[in-house]
Amino acid sequence: MRVVSWLARRVGAAAILLWIVATVIFIAIRMIPGDPAEAIMGGPGSQASAEALEAAREQYHLNEPLLVQYALYLGQLITGDLGTSYAQQRPVAQIMAEMLPATLQLTLISLVIAWLIAFLMAAVAARSNRIGQAMGTVIEVVAAAVPHFWLGAMLIIIFSTWLGWLPSVDTGTVQGIILPALTLAIPLSGFLAQLMRDSLVTAMSSPFALAARARGASEGQVFFRHGFRHAALPALNLTGWAVATSISGAVVVEEVFARPGLGRSLLGAVLSRDMPMVTGIALFSALIYMVVMLIVEAIEAIINPAAARGDDA
Amino acid sequence: MSRTAKILATLFVGLVVTAALFPSLLAPGDPLAVKPSEAFQAPSLQYPFGTDESGRNVYTRVVHGTADSLTIGLAATALGMGIAILLGVITAFGPRWIDSVILRLLEVLYAIPALLMALLIIAFTGPGTTPAIIAVGLSTAPGYSRLIRTHLRTLVNSEMFDAATVLGHSRWHKVRNHLIPNTLSTLLALITLGIGQAVIWASALSFLGLGTPPPAPEWGAMLANGRTYLHFAWWLTVFPGAAIVTIAAGATLLGRTATRSRT
Repeated sequence: MRVVSWLARRVGAAAILLWIVATVIFIAIRMIPGDPAEAIMGGPGSQASAEALEAAREQYHLNEPLLVQYALYLGQLITGDLGTSYAQQRPVAQIMAEMLPATLQLTLISLVIAWLIAFLMAAVAARSNRIGQAMGTVIEVVAAAVPHFWLGAMLIIIFSTWLGWLPSVDTGTVQGIILPALTLAIPLSGFLAQLMRDSLVTAMSSPFALAARARGASEGQVFFRHGFRHAALPALNLTGWAVATSISGAVVVEEVFARPGLGRSLLGAVLSRDMPMVTGIALFSALIYMVVMLIVEAIEAIINPAAARGDDA
Repeated sequence: MSRTAKILATLFVGLVVTAALFPSLLAPGDPLAVKPSEAFQAPSLQYPFGTDESGRNVYTRVVHGTADSLTIGLAATALGMGIAILLGVITAFGPRWIDSVILRLLEVLYAIPALLMALLIIAFTGPGTTPAIIAVGLSTAPGYSRLIRTHLRTLVNSEMFDAATVLGHSRWHKVRNHLIPNTLSTLLALITLGIGQAVIWASALSFLGLGTPPPAPEWGAMLANGRTYLHFAWWLTVFPGAAIVTIAAGATLLGRTATRSRT
C-alpha cells in the first residue's frame, strides 16, 4: 500500500500547487488598473455602451463581492469550467480542447527527435578524442543557445526558400510538421546531450564497464547495456522540465510556422488581454508539468528504488 | 582555462563591450537613417549585412543594437538575481518555516516555464521594453533562487564553517571570510550564464511583438521585422539572429569555463 499513499501525497501536493497558482492569477487579474468590464468589451478604446458594460458585469459576476467572485471562480475550476473567453465568447475549455491535439503532436514528435539527436551527439562525443570532445561541447552549447524564433527562420530559409524541399507554413501534412518539430527539438537536444555525455563518459570508464569488457562483452554491448542506462537517468529527470519548456517553445514555433495550437492561442490571448484564456492555458501547462513530473518520479522509482525511499542513493 | 580559450574569451568580451559602449568605432553612421532608394540591398562591400525595407544599414543597426539588447539583458538579470539573492539568503539563514514556505512558492513558480510566465506578466502589464525587462527578470528569479539557496546551504553546513565556529569566530567573520569569497565566483558564473539567457528571452518577447517596438535597433525587434520579408531578404533575419546566438553561446561558454576553472 506504500504506492497508494505515495500517490495520494503527490496528487494532494499537486492539487495544492494548482490552487495556489489559480489564487495568484485571480489576485493579479483584480490588480490590473481599469474596469474589468471594459477589458472584456475590448479595452477602453472600444466605446462600449453602459448597457453592454452592465451586461458584461452581470455575465462575469463582477458585481458580487470579491470573496464571492473568488468562491465562484474556484467552484468553476473544480468542475473543469475555465470560464468564457473575452475575445471569442466561447468556453475556454472548448477552445483549448480544439487546440490541444496540434500542440501535443508537435511536442511529442519533437521530444522523440530531441532524444534521438541527443543520444547520437552524446555517443559520438563520448567516444571521440579531445578535439572531437571540445567540438562536441561547442555544438551542444550553440544548439542549446539557439533561440527557437531564429532557428525556425533559418530552417525556413534553407529548406523552404533555397532548397524548396519543405513547406514554410504548416500544411497539415507530414512534410509540414518536420520543420516545426526540428525547430523545437534541436535546442532541447543540446541540453539533453550535455547532461547525457558527462554521465556517459563516467559510466564507460567505470569498474562495471571494465568488468563487462573483461567478461568479453563487445564495446557496443558495454555501451548499450551499461553506458546508455546510466546516461539516460539524469536526462530523464529533465523530461518534466523539457515538456513544460516545449509548451512555451510551442508559442514561438507555432507563431513562426503559422501553425494553429495552444501556444498561438496563448499569444493571441496575451495580445488582446483575454484573461480567462491566458489563465486557462497557464493552469493547464502547470497541470501538465506536474503530471509529467509524477510519471518521471514513478519511472525513476522503478529504476532506482533506493532513491524513492529517500535514501539518496 | 587554456591559453587559446583565454584569448578567445578576451576578444569576445572586448568586441561586445566596444560595440555596446562605442558603436560608432565599429559602425560609423546612424542606425535609424532611412534611404528608400537603397531598400532591400543584398549584403555587399558597402552594406556588409544588407539593407532593410527603408534602406537602413543592417550592419550599423546590429552593432548599435548591442547596447539596447545588452542593457535589457543586464537589467533583467540584475532584477532576477537581486530577488534570487534576497530569497536565497532568507531561506538559507532564516527560520525553518520561512524556508519551507518560500520553497513551496518557488516550486509553484517553477511549474510555469519562464517564457510562459513572462507572457503572463505581459498580459497584466501590456507590451513594452520595461515590461519585457520585468517579465524576464521575474520569470528567471525562481531558478536562480533555488541554485543560490542550495549553494549557501552547502556552505553553511560545510566543515569549513564548523571549524570557524569551533575556533570561536564571530558570525560576521564567517560571512566575510568564508561565505562571500566562496559565493562570489559562483554568482559571477551564474550572472554570465543569466545574461545570455536574458538576451534570448527578451528578444523572443520583442520578436512576438511584446517587447521593444520597432524601429529601435533592438535585435528581437529587427528579427520580428525581417520575418515579413523572410523569403526574399534573408539577411534581415540572419544577421540580428546571429548576433543573439553569438552573445548567448559566448556568455554560456564563458560562464561554464569560469565555473570549471574554479572547481
